[in-house]
Amino acid sequence: MRERIEKANQQALERMFAAEPVLVDVRPAGEAMAGLEDRMVLHAGPPIAWERMCGPLRGAIAGAAVFEGWADDLEAAADLAASGAIAFHPNHHFDAVGPMTGITTRSMPVMVVENRTFGNRAYCTLNEGLGKVMRFGGNDTEVLDRLRWLADALGPALAKALAVAGGLPLKGIVARGLSMGDEMHQRNVACTSLFLREISPALARAAGDPKSLASVLEFIADNDQFFLNIAMALGKAITDPVRGIEGSTIVTAMSRNGTDFGIRVSGTGDDWFTAPVEMPNGLYFPGYTEEDANPDMGDSTIVETVGLGGFAMAAAPAVAGFVGAGSAADAANYTHTMYEITAGRNPDWTLPSLDFAGAPTGIDIRKVLETGIAPTINTGIAHREPGVGQVGAGIVKAPMACFVRALEAFAAAMGVT
Amino acid sequence: MDVNEFLESDVRVVNIGLESFARELGERGVPTVHVVWAPRAANARIRDLLAKLGS
Repeated sequence: MRERIEKANQQALERMFAAEPVLVDVRPAGEAMAGLEDRMVLHAGPPIAWERMCGPLRGAIAGAAVFEGWADDLEAAADLAASGAIAFHPNHHFDAVGPMTGITTRSMPVMVVENRTFGNRAYCTLNEGLGKVMRFGGNDTEVLDRLRWLADALGPALAKALAVAGGLPLKGIVARGLSMGDEMHQRNVACTSLFLREISPALARAAGDPKSLASVLEFIADNDQFFLNIAMALGKAITDPVRGIEGSTIVTAMSRNGTDFGIRVSGTGDDWFTAPVEMPNGLYFPGYTEEDANPDMGDSTIVETVGLGGFAMAAAPAVAGFVGAGSAADAANYTHTMYEITAGRNPDWTLPSLDFAGAPTGIDIRKVLETGIAPTINTGIAHREPGVGQVGAGIVKAPMACFVRALEAFAAAMGVT
Repeated sequence: MDVNEFLESDVRVVNIGLESFARELGERGVPTVHVVWAPRAANARIRDLLAKLGS
């Protein structure tokens, strides 16, 4: 049995390391994603009904319903959502991911990342910036106007630029970002800068007029987290070919909807194993406290699933302070600890401060339960009330109960009782 | 070295188990290294499954 599982896990790792993710396009989600229909909202995390959704998720859905023209105002939108007239599905069921609330609807532009080794595609919306934004439950005019600009200006500009450039390979950008202090979850300043450097000439060549080009360049340059959503689509493109390997105990997704935390494991296919989400432990922006915080939320944990974020904290000592994790030595310790629960080390994504050791990759549910060490996740913290936005950043652990349930199901699938 | 002599010397600590012990010593300026360690899966049912699954 051990050999069978080890072989399957080796195959899972090989598929992860062989991936060649390339950002190829930005298109309206309704065009890019098969099956995403009108009056359908995709959200972060495992499946959840309106009744059990947290405040920011409901707020974001109401905002999205107004954005799509399904309702005239937020109140009518919430009534519509509660009436059952809107279908809710996880992004993960559509080869997609979304940060925090993770809302994706037909008119929103999504980045398309193609894994050229396996031919699969993954999708993620464009990052809206910091503060009051839909991913943190924001839904007022400012938020919706920005979404319209993303759909009407930024999305098409990036699409033209990517066509001119012939796509943008991402693996090398991440490798360089790790050597420049990013971990790709709460710190993306290096990768955003590298992305801007790579795409700017193509943006300029494809631009209609200097004014609109300037606004596009300014928007990306002003947002240190712009690359987060690209890293997420990359993570999804890398993990999807790992789904469904018989006998593999490697985690293929970790995701939260603000109420439940869910994981998927390769050997158990697309089943979700869920448990209540935990509260992040972190630092709050001035004027906010833990009392204001919403529990853990978002599909962004896909970056930890591929060995980045909290797993690559050793690469990003600066982020340790931002998320309240302590010193540079503490940041290295988080990564050291994640080696205990992973199956391998990424040969291409290395960590300078650990003598260029590869990032810990491939969470093995057996190792999590054996050691009692839960995956470490770096995360943003949303206000618990809809419409307010981000109030801090911190660290959270994946709930151990998810792994217990996954192991029981995996054992049953392997005929072990 | 007797106990009194030991306690009066500069103590350097390797802490295993509860991290709060290491944190408090560290806050008092005692050089401390914390070793992350926990007993093998505490739940008997999970321990049994892990053994059967070759962990």
